Amino acid sequence: MLILECPYCGVKAEETELHGGGEAHLVRRGPDSSDDAFESYLFQRQNPKGVHFERWRHAYGCGKWFHAARCTATLEVFGTYSAQVSEPPQQIRDRIAARRPGWSWSDQG
Amino acid sequence: MSEPVSALSNASFDGLVHVQEAGLHGMIALRGDLDSEALQSAVTNSAGVGVPAPRTVVFDGARGAAWMSPDELLVFCPYPEAGATLAQLTDALGGAHALAVDVSDARAVFEVRGPRMREVIAKLAPVDMSAAAFQPGTIRRTRFAQVAAAVWLVDDAEARIVCFRSVAPYMFALLCTAAAPGGEVGMF
Repeated sequence: MLILECPYCGVKAEETELHGGGEAHLVRRGPDSSDDAFESYLFQRQNPKGVHFERWRHAYGCGKWFHAARCTATLEVFGTYSAQVSEPPQQIRDRIAARRPGWSWSDQG
Repeated sequence: MSEPVSALSNASFDGLVHVQEAGLHGMIALRGDLDSEALQSAVTNSAGVGVPAPRTVVFDGARGAAWMSPDELLVFCPYPEAGATLAQLTDALGGAHALAVDVSDARAVFEVRGPRMREVIAKLAPVDMSAAAFQPGTIRRTRFAQVAAAVWLVDDAEARIVCFRSVAPYMFALLCTAAAPGGEVGMF
């Protein structure tokens, strides 16, 4: 069972109280982008076995969206953080790097 | 004027715990910046209690306030006073960016009382109901089986549950099933 702590209300909510929102930190492409970039924004998603950044909504609780960093293989949760950022905060990156030597955020982009 | 009735007219059930639809309550949903002075003084003046700390409820008799999210409170008052309390609250908020709505008739309140209260709730909601983790005065918004609800403990033997009025019969059936005699777990 996946348990995430909502960074807004501090509740440790389990998966059934949350609603998954897919991959986090997508760069939005609008009508002025190339077809390839727009297609990639709409359809291309990472599907890693390992570190993954996701959006979640605390649907049965405070209703806020937030971000979570977790490992898809082990379900280890590295942390949750505010939705109002476009990339993971340093503290989360440090925690992942400590647990997964060799991992770096720049590899994700 | 028609007579107001609560969702299940105080239906009750006695099993492992006493389950009761708790009748009419004045409830006002208030959204806004909970840290702002305008909202805090408006709540203090109209609800008669201060703004509760995150994940807690404060009550003074029938009046009180429950923390629902970082920008939302549920203000309680006696049912007949909901209109006046709402008017007072709206007035006190003045130009502050906030929203107050009377939801008294859109919610149902349940009471679960008895020494096995924690056990009955733990069967239905994904919440750690151990005495160490969930103490009187704490509120938790969660789900009871398939419906959204908020639950808080009045004391060690009584919990109150607020849910949408439209799902009150479902909630009552859930609680009765979880409290059916013979269903003891002995967890807490």
